[in-house]
Amino acid sequence: MSPELGRFALSLACVFALAQTILPLIGAQRRDRRLMAVAPGLAVGQLIALAASFLCLVNAAITNDFSVSNILENSAVAKPLLYKISGVWGNHEGSILLWAMILGICGAAVAAFGRNLPSALRARVLAVLGGVAAGFELFCLTTSDPFDRVWPAPLDGQGMNPLLQDPGLAFHPPILYTGYVGFAVPFAFAIAALIEGRVDAAWGRWVRPWAVAAWAFLTCGIALGSWWSYYVLGWGGYWFWDPVENASLIPWLSGTALMHSAVVVEKREALKIWTVLLAIATFSFSLSGTFLVRSGILNSVHAFAQDPARGIFILGLLGVVIGGSLVLFAWRAPSLTAGGLFAPVSREGALVLNNILLCSLCAVVLTGTMYPPFMSLLFGKTISVGKPFFDAATVPLAIPLFAVMGFGPMLPWKRAQLWPVLRRLWIAALVTLGAFAVCLWGLSGVLPVLCATFAVWVIATSVTDVTGRVALFRVPLSQSLQRARSLPRSAFGAALAHAGVGVTVLGLAAMSQAQHRIVEVHVGQTESLAGYDWTLTGVKTEPGPNYVAMVATIEIRHNGRIVTVMHPSKRSFNSQNQTTTEVSIHTNGLSDLYGVIGDRHGTDANPTYVLRLHYNPLAPWMWFGALIMAMGGALSLSDRRMRVGAPRRAPMPDAVAAE
Amino acid sequence: MKRKTRRLWLVITCVAALGTAAGLTLSAFSSNIQLFMTPSQLNAKPPPADRTVRLGGMVVAGSVKRDRKGDTPINRFDVTDGQSAVTVSFEGILPDLFREGQSVVAVGSMAPGGGFMASEVLAKHDETYMPKEVAEALQKSGKWDPKFGPPPNAASWNAMTQKQASASVQGK
Repeated sequence: MSPELGRFALSLACVFALAQTILPLIGAQRRDRRLMAVAPGLAVGQLIALAASFLCLVNAAITNDFSVSNILENSAVAKPLLYKISGVWGNHEGSILLWAMILGICGAAVAAFGRNLPSALRARVLAVLGGVAAGFELFCLTTSDPFDRVWPAPLDGQGMNPLLQDPGLAFHPPILYTGYVGFAVPFAFAIAALIEGRVDAAWGRWVRPWAVAAWAFLTCGIALGSWWSYYVLGWGGYWFWDPVENASLIPWLSGTALMHSAVVVEKREALKIWTVLLAIATFSFSLSGTFLVRSGILNSVHAFAQDPARGIFILGLLGVVIGGSLVLFAWRAPSLTAGGLFAPVSREGALVLNNILLCSLCAVVLTGTMYPPFMSLLFGKTISVGKPFFDAATVPLAIPLFAVMGFGPMLPWKRAQLWPVLRRLWIAALVTLGAFAVCLWGLSGVLPVLCATFAVWVIATSVTDVTGRVALFRVPLSQSLQRARSLPRSAFGAALAHAGVGVTVLGLAAMSQAQHRIVEVHVGQTESLAGYDWTLTGVKTEPGPNYVAMVATIEIRHNGRIVTVMHPSKRSFNSQNQTTTEVSIHTNGLSDLYGVIGDRHGTDANPTYVLRLHYNPLAPWMWFGALIMAMGGALSLSDRRMRVGAPRRAPMPDAVAAE
Repeated sequence: MKRKTRRLWLVITCVAALGTAAGLTLSAFSSNIQLFMTPSQLNAKPPPADRTVRLGGMVVAGSVKRDRKGDTPINRFDVTDGQSAVTVSFEGILPDLFREGQSVVAVGSMAPGGGFMASEVLAKHDETYMPKEVAEALQKSGKWDPKFGPPPNAASWNAMTQKQASASVQGK
């Protein structure tokens, strides 16, 4: 029964969403307060219905209801409970439902936290969110129904890919989706502003927290995905420049630009039209990235079209959302009053430079990702663009970005002079010079040296920024603490996030120096890599619940002293004729020792084993830096100014009439 | 500073950044694009040794051989599209999903002494799925049409003619 209830709840949510789109829009247009006031209630109702629907699917997964084809295809009785739950969103149908539910949460959050928004703006924002949600719920109901039944119901399911049974991957999709979907809120604000024909400082202030929140989630989601591919896939790398990965990086880049340009709208009432466009672009990238790549639309014009109806629906939905919003933009943007131009050397000037560089990077990644599918569609040529392309094209653009990141936040608004700011940065500059010397000695390659140097520059300037603001060592310590307490948290948040970027870039630069060796050894044989001696001391076979594992024991010594003993293994799953590699990683915070066991060769009397050994300097810093970035975002979200006292919009005749 | 100069600054920065981006993209494209080739294309017109290409096809059953150079293991296997085959050598651990008779993509370049040196072997998919490029190559060579079910056994491909291929598919 419960799957039917779930489907009913989903249909109900769709009806709520449609009502949430139409009624408030009419209400806002006619200035009818009663019609506008239904929007928050409908948004909450939609969320409740979606949550009920989602719980029905989770319930079906937990109770092993294999009459539901989605559960049958992706679950099994023997699967651990955590993966039964995470398996709900580990497939196409369930992930669309999760997507819709997160969108519902966003709508309800706008309804809950947006009490101080002008009622017309809130009604229009909720209407746009409702419209997008209605599209996805319709898509879910018509072409990818997660509650489809099969008859007769088999006794056991087909199980889940063992690679996906991992705690990292269990939480990766919800966090990543929250990031993607979160950008729907700035998008809705942008559309509402276009309909209203008004963007002002207050608008910038309302949009910014949503953009920061979505950005922080997206940062975590990307880092989690990259970490998963590092420690589960066992190839020793962390980023493949795969279209699926790029689909998350593109909105991240444009979202970062959006977060910064919203500041300019808030503080200087400039860059308004640009910010609206960025909000539209970021959500469009989120949407098209996930749906074009993940559901295989670009492939589906070829041999593997699973369901053409699905592809056409997605293309139609994307066309309506992206095309519609761009048409609206083209029509209404000229009516927005343009902000003033400003001096190139100023905080807003630096933020513009940040936007230009981030958008150029975004364009490069987008080109590299979309070029191969377009070439194959238009000219039938099959080509591929990989890591060498992206390294060569993105890193030279990123380096000036890091350089500006250093002094940008210290420039005053309106009109600034470069020299006094640079003079305050002399300690940071000295540290950076020292780092440059160390990098020249320790790293090989021009780009890694430059990246690492500028990473240190970013960290050093972020520290200088904070210490300068609290006047550390210039006034007594107690006074500095006093100043730190009164300093807005968003200032700390920004500095922390910038420092996080520096930490991540240091990790990336050091990882370009990673070393690895592939060896075939007997038990007892020692190999050396990066100053460590790796000895294979034994290999044994261990049975697991539904697999047999070949577990190696590798002792690692440094100058004769034992560092660690690692146990990489290789699991053979009997049911699915599949093997997985269990990497063993030893980290000391500064470097990872990473061991993988491959095949067994030779005779039974004298077997040899293939081992792949990696030495990955500063590898953990890449993800640690991303965590710092997200924490910076969270810190600035906790700033009182972001929540309270923000919405004080200059009265406008018709806005007053509406209230 | 006058309004005009300020606007000029903005335009100059935009053009400079986008121009650099475009330049970098084009130069990176010209040197880093990897063409996809089938074994028959590779044999007919071998690319220069400094050019990285992606070779895709099916691993010929029974062709996988292990070898050693010092302590480094070397795998050799034949990749075929049904028309002709190329011997690929690869230093390292073959991916978990690598199987004889299944599709594979090898990234690498022509070895000076002939044959193909792979720096990377991709076998990401399960047995019922194959990389798009491989599927296309097989269709082009007329050995397999996805409309008629799963691909035929790769072991027989080198010897098989197109007629036999369609017969074996229809027999299923």
